[in-house]
Amino acid sequence: MFFRENGQFKSTYRADMQLLPIAQDRYFVLALVAFAFFAVPLLVSDYLYLSIINPFLILTLAAIGLNLLVGYCGQISIGHAAFMAWGAYAAYNLVQRVPMLNFLVVLVLAGLVAALVGMFFGIPSLRIKGLYLAVATLAAQFFTDWIFARVKWFTNYSSSGSVSTAPVQIFGWTIGTPRDKYLFVLGVVIVFTLVARNLVRGHLGRAWMATRDMDVAAEVIGIRPVYAKLTAFGVSSFYCGVAGALWGFFHLGSWEPLAFNLNLSFDLLFMIIIGGMGSILGSYLGAAFIVALPIALNQIPEKLGVPLSTAMASNVEFMIFGSLIVLFLVLEPHGLARLWAIGKEKLRLWPFPH
Amino acid sequence: MASLPVQALPASKRLDEPPPAHTRIGPVILSVANISLDFGGVRAISDVSFDVREHEVLAIIGPNGAGKSSMLNVINGVYHAQQGRIRFKDREFAAMQPHRAAAMGIARTFQNLALFKGMSVLDNIMTGRNMKMRTGILAQALRVGPAEREEMRHREVVEHIIDFLEIQAYRKTPVGRLAYGLQKRVDLGRALALEPEVLLLDEPMAGMNVEEKQDMCRFILDVNEQYGTTIVLIEHDMGVVMDISDRIVVLDYGRKIGDGTPGEVRGNRAVIDAYLGATH
Ligand SMILES: Nc1ncnc2c1ncn2[C@@H]1O[C@H](COP(=O)(O)OP(=O)(O)OP(=O)(O)O)[C@@H](O)[C@H]1O
Ligand SMILES: [Mg+2]
Repeated sequence: MFFRENGQFKSTYRADMQLLPIAQDRYFVLALVAFAFFAVPLLVSDYLYLSIINPFLILTLAAIGLNLLVGYCGQISIGHAAFMAWGAYAAYNLVQRVPMLNFLVVLVLAGLVAALVGMFFGIPSLRIKGLYLAVATLAAQFFTDWIFARVKWFTNYSSSGSVSTAPVQIFGWTIGTPRDKYLFVLGVVIVFTLVARNLVRGHLGRAWMATRDMDVAAEVIGIRPVYAKLTAFGVSSFYCGVAGALWGFFHLGSWEPLAFNLNLSFDLLFMIIIGGMGSILGSYLGAAFIVALPIALNQIPEKLGVPLSTAMASNVEFMIFGSLIVLFLVLEPHGLARLWAIGKEKLRLWPFPH
Repeated sequence: MASLPVQALPASKRLDEPPPAHTRIGPVILSVANISLDFGGVRAISDVSFDVREHEVLAIIGPNGAGKSSMLNVINGVYHAQQGRIRFKDREFAAMQPHRAAAMGIARTFQNLALFKGMSVLDNIMTGRNMKMRTGILAQALRVGPAEREEMRHREVVEHIIDFLEIQAYRKTPVGRLAYGLQKRVDLGRALALEPEVLLLDEPMAGMNVEEKQDMCRFILDVNEQYGTTIVLIEHDMGVVMDISDRIVVLDYGRKIGDGTPGEVRGNRAVIDAYLGATH
């Protein structure tokens, strides 16, 4: 936040290595979390949960996952919705076939299934980079689309190919209302945000970033590329698997095989490009942006008395996305998160810029 | 000089005064034998052999394109030679692997900076400790006790290196923002973080002014004297080379044309013609 950290000197390495070394940042984040848990439920309508807040939180989780791979480890993937699909279908099948499992366990197992599939599709990254790897990850997308449309076992032989879920129960709490879903998803996303922060601050995160920045030098100081890349694919897909399960159970409720198609993969990529590569905060900002923009385009002109037709709104949306992505790629590859950091830096020195 | 991360070294290596060269230098620790390396028809190294002795400073010199960098790349496994063998600490390899070289105690710096641009000075050097860090993914994810303690232990070693290289002020600076000479120091720091037995330095002083060169020489000699680290160094500045090396290997067009003490190499006819002669 816009504070000055004057006078906060670190006298131990532990203090210097905290999650948020500046005290005001800590208070701000704690206040924000308290606000999200206690104030938001008093203020927000069901419509807002369903159309903005819940999808925003779940997509944030997926964006963090993709960012760990692309932003932190430097490996491209344009098929990441596929791993969301694996998580969603794994959770669906576990709930159907092993009903006594706690849903938290289901979430973790769904993440693990996605992680395994992700690591498998990450194997090409050991030999190829850039565009070629992008094409290889596209294979994950098409294979996944195909398998869930064709192999009936995954959809429990439902005649339409689509699956539907009943409200989840955890420890006697039925997560039925939009507000309940919000609170549960919020808890999950906060935990996984902390985990992601911990991972990127630890030696695994450094191995990823080293591989991203200079792979030969990383190898020469003893970081095995196999280890760095496959753990990145695994952890990243784990996140997307959990996000996919949440998306299925708490956002869609019921879905058809193409719910996790290439469009969703691209949306995830747009989120991290606009929000900021290699930034957890950026994953939040990017997801918020992508979720909010279509709705803003719908509502703002209407409020101003010049309503856009649906077709027009979606065209404008594409134009805005397209130009923003080009702008960010060219001018600020670190996205909104970097703009935020620059603003913070400026305000920290204000009013004496030197 | 600052205190150093020397817990692992025997007391005899912690002497403040360097012993004279003839007692300091030990038996052969690394030798390359009959190495030949081709790049699709271009012969970068042909049939080169030499030994490196424990605790010595060995310089590799030669004109541009002589194959010096390629030689270092063969030693730590970035390139695989078509012929020849590498012997390190009584184990013989036809081809080294980079992470195996690192695990066995060979570290290196790069001719063209190869720092991790998106990371701070501290993180760059911490990465040099990665190989020694063992906590699993789950412990790191939850940052439970062992992960935190391991991180702190290694942070301490890295802080010693930062003190030693006199870059305390830049600890949290992204390396890309540092001046060139400082980046070279970070590169050295990252290699030192491995606590290597053999340190391969590819033109550590290229592009530096006289003062920066002096600092770098001091760091290299201090490392050599205090840790007993064996140094293999590529350098174009003849003054520096004659000053700090115990022995010199001369390459020209991929062949070895000289090998001996600075005095011997200076008097070697072939060397004078091929290399010194050309530049003086
Ligand atoms: N990766 C590579 N692919 C193709 N050719 C290479 C490669 N690396 C080196 N070479 C060639 O091998 C020869 C030796 O190169 P090397 O970099 O080892 O020379 P050097 O002695 O380090 O020169 P300098 O003093 O300019 O650094 C040169 O002809 C170079 O073009
Ligand atoms: Mg070279």
